[in-house]
Amino acid sequence: MSHRQTRHKAGVGRRDFLKSGGALVIGFGLREVMSAQTTMAARGAVAGPHDARQIDTWLAIHADNTATVYVGFAELGQGASTALLQIAADELDLEMTQIKSVRLDTNVTPNQGGTYSSASIARGGPQVRTAAAEARLVLLDLAAKRLNVPSSTLAVSKGVVSTIDGARRVTYGELIGERRFDRAFTGSAPAKKPAEYTVVGTRVPRRDLSDKLNGTHTYMQHVRVPGMLHGRIVRPRGQRAYGVGARVMSVDETSIREIPGVLILRRGDFIGVVAENEWDAVRAARQLKVTWEATSALPGSDKVHERMRTAGTPEEMVVDRGDVTGAFGKAAHVASHVSRAPYQAHAPLGPNCAVADVKPGSALVMCSTQDVYATRRTLGTLLKLPEEQVRVQYYEGSGTYGHSCYDDAAQAAAFLSQDAGRPVRVQFMRWDEHGWDNFGPAHVGEARAAADADGKIVAYEYHGWQHSWSGTEASAQLAGERAVEWGGGGGNTQGVQGVNRLTCGGMYQIANLRLVNHKLPVTEYLKAGWLRSPLDLSFAFASEQAIDQLAHDLKIDPYEFRRRNIADDRWLGVLDAAAKAASWTPSAPARRSPGERATVVSGRGIGLGTHLQSWGGAVAEVEVNRETGQVAIKRLFGALDAGLVVNPAIVESQIRGQLVQTASRMLLEEVKFDTSGVTTVDWASYPILRFEDCPDVTPIVVQRLNERSMGAGEEVMAAAAAAIANAFFDATGVRMETYPFTRPRVLAALKQA
Amino acid sequence: MATQITVNARSWNLTAAPDTPLLYVLANELELQGPRFGCGLAQCGSCSVLVDGVERRSCVTPVSAVAGKSVTTLEGLPAWYALTRRLARTPDMHPVQQAMLDEQAPQCGYCYNGMIVKAAELLSKNPRPDEAQIRTAMNGHLCRCGTYPSIVRAVRRASDLMTAEVR
Repeated sequence: MSHRQTRHKAGVGRRDFLKSGGALVIGFGLREVMSAQTTMAARGAVAGPHDARQIDTWLAIHADNTATVYVGFAELGQGASTALLQIAADELDLEMTQIKSVRLDTNVTPNQGGTYSSASIARGGPQVRTAAAEARLVLLDLAAKRLNVPSSTLAVSKGVVSTIDGARRVTYGELIGERRFDRAFTGSAPAKKPAEYTVVGTRVPRRDLSDKLNGTHTYMQHVRVPGMLHGRIVRPRGQRAYGVGARVMSVDETSIREIPGVLILRRGDFIGVVAENEWDAVRAARQLKVTWEATSALPGSDKVHERMRTAGTPEEMVVDRGDVTGAFGKAAHVASHVSRAPYQAHAPLGPNCAVADVKPGSALVMCSTQDVYATRRTLGTLLKLPEEQVRVQYYEGSGTYGHSCYDDAAQAAAFLSQDAGRPVRVQFMRWDEHGWDNFGPAHVGEARAAADADGKIVAYEYHGWQHSWSGTEASAQLAGERAVEWGGGGGNTQGVQGVNRLTCGGMYQIANLRLVNHKLPVTEYLKAGWLRSPLDLSFAFASEQAIDQLAHDLKIDPYEFRRRNIADDRWLGVLDAAAKAASWTPSAPARRSPGERATVVSGRGIGLGTHLQSWGGAVAEVEVNRETGQVAIKRLFGALDAGLVVNPAIVESQIRGQLVQTASRMLLEEVKFDTSGVTTVDWASYPILRFEDCPDVTPIVVQRLNERSMGAGEEVMAAAAAAIANAFFDATGVRMETYPFTRPRVLAALKQA
Repeated sequence: MATQITVNARSWNLTAAPDTPLLYVLANELELQGPRFGCGLAQCGSCSVLVDGVERRSCVTPVSAVAGKSVTTLEGLPAWYALTRRLARTPDMHPVQQAMLDEQAPQCGYCYNGMIVKAAELLSKNPRPDEAQIRTAMNGHLCRCGTYPSIVRAVRRASDLMTAEVR
């Protein structure tokens, strides 16, 4: 048996503190040491968020002329942690080797809001740049005084400030190393202009990859703390209707009596088991006999769209421009498309995990949340502790692509720790994660578009039926909290939980346009949350097929038709870039008809779409086997304009991932449920794309050096979904109304045509 | 009853119950961070290890089944490579790991334990696989971030690295 040591102690350990203190004594006088020790002790000992107007909240300069940037965004595997440091390095005139960031921690890092909506660079970039510029201003000022020259005559390279002739120099570390800036932002620190960037815009290698490749990176799933128990949750395999939850009728404790040392902990319908040994906890959770109340509140996945479409819902007008009804009435060509999209799962490859150490007056929770401060707030309420007494630390888990079970796992660990009086690690099992996810919601979309005889789009209408996101995690709900709708995001549901004005017709110049939301109550459906590019695949699947059909009816090449109607240069840029990469040559659309004899037919399609910002364009090439119903996506091209792209290599990787994930979601992914609950609880029942079915993917970054940086993690998926659907039509002459394109569904659609 | 296993050329006497899946022993007793829990059902491959040079899913392999056998995890791959290739010294990384880094292939990187282990097994049997052979060999390993194309490129690059090394 190996010596059990603590691999990952939480917070700023005593050893770290001493190390900082030790280094300080070398370079500074006593007074400075004390002041600096106060700084080091304060960083981590006091609950954040710290004052966002103070430079010290954002960065620290060390005696060895390196810097630590305190970034409030989570590395989710998307590479943003590297890109944000590029911005800081550029502004501070430091090399990438001289700069690092730290773990997200409510006692340490600033509150920049959650890491979602592709906000890391779009929102976090300017914040980090401003802080770095303010720090640079102070550093130049200090250097000017030290060197006794005007600061305007100084140059900086690699953190060394020098006079123009290079004769005299001083490093950042010598100027302020380990000491506080104690300065508020001036609001007028000059930030560099894009032409001056040397690190931003370059393909800096990601900083986290070698540790991930050699096994030294500590994923959340590997965190262990001293005295810790292993916990597992006990629930029905597969959630029921969100508003119904799951009610315990009885627990047979004797069912696990031969497993030694297992504790069953219960809060209402929330049940967990804890044990010293992980395998005992796994076995106990699997074996514990719990009788759950039978429910039949769901329509089942086969009938869910029918229920959604026929439910009485208030109509919410998102946009109503011009005279839509009149324009449709007069138009030469009208095309419409009805679509149905499934629930889909985040399904991170590693199920979520959390470690909590809840004491009578305080709590430390380690988890993979997208927003440490939001998680802290909820945990404080649930544990009945003041928010400031809860400390949440972020550990990167497996990629989650949105609101997976990370908060659910954190709450489960916190409950079990509070009740066991010991630190508890909760690892969700595969069926927990797949079965109790906050799914990307199902959708029914009806799109209609009209054009005049010259091929100009004159009218557009989109009706979307979908429900919003759930606001109560399963752990909290089972423990007695009410199931409510998600209330975050300032109540603005449009384009997030409602019809997206960019993806639904926003890429075209259309004088008469109407977008209508039909909002359903989430409590009557499955628990839901934001899944990468929320609802956009569904929107684009409906909308861009209607547009494509219009081009087809007018006998205009679909690329050319979109060009004629394009809204602006940014949309045109991605449309052209995708078409060019795919060597698109205009031709009459739907080159193949349903009557064609070949067994395997091929086609190509084009599409546009985005999420809440940025511009996405895509081309797809597919093959359809008309005998088996097998659809193979051969090639995907995705072009993304996200303004100034800080690291093109990282964004290319993001585009590739988006294209592959979109292929998976369009071909295979579908959460299935009966009237009781979810039945797809593993990779066999919820298949995703594999190596052999993976298309060749080509990412195209449309670099805009002088434009504001925007999201790049989810903005090409809608376009790709549309391109795949349109390619299917090009190959078969049949428009799919429902995805994913499973074999039975494709065969049925081909037969019907 | 103690079970004796060899992991990364080191011998361990374990008190874990014989039916304990190897993964839990590797993570908890041996404190290794290469093998990762993904499904516990042998469906995804994130927990893969080599057992006597053959890729196995440690999440469904009872520890008793590897008694007396040689287990290699991600951490031990460079040394295993040096041993099997009779290299004078152990490299910092197996060529597959190096190629994955050179390609900047991972996103979250969670599945890469299994990807690397499986690719190392493949190249030990077939040093020059073509793309179709790579895809077939790797097909039982899932990547949720969608980095399959980069992994295929990296395996080809690793094959080149290994071939160059022989000369």
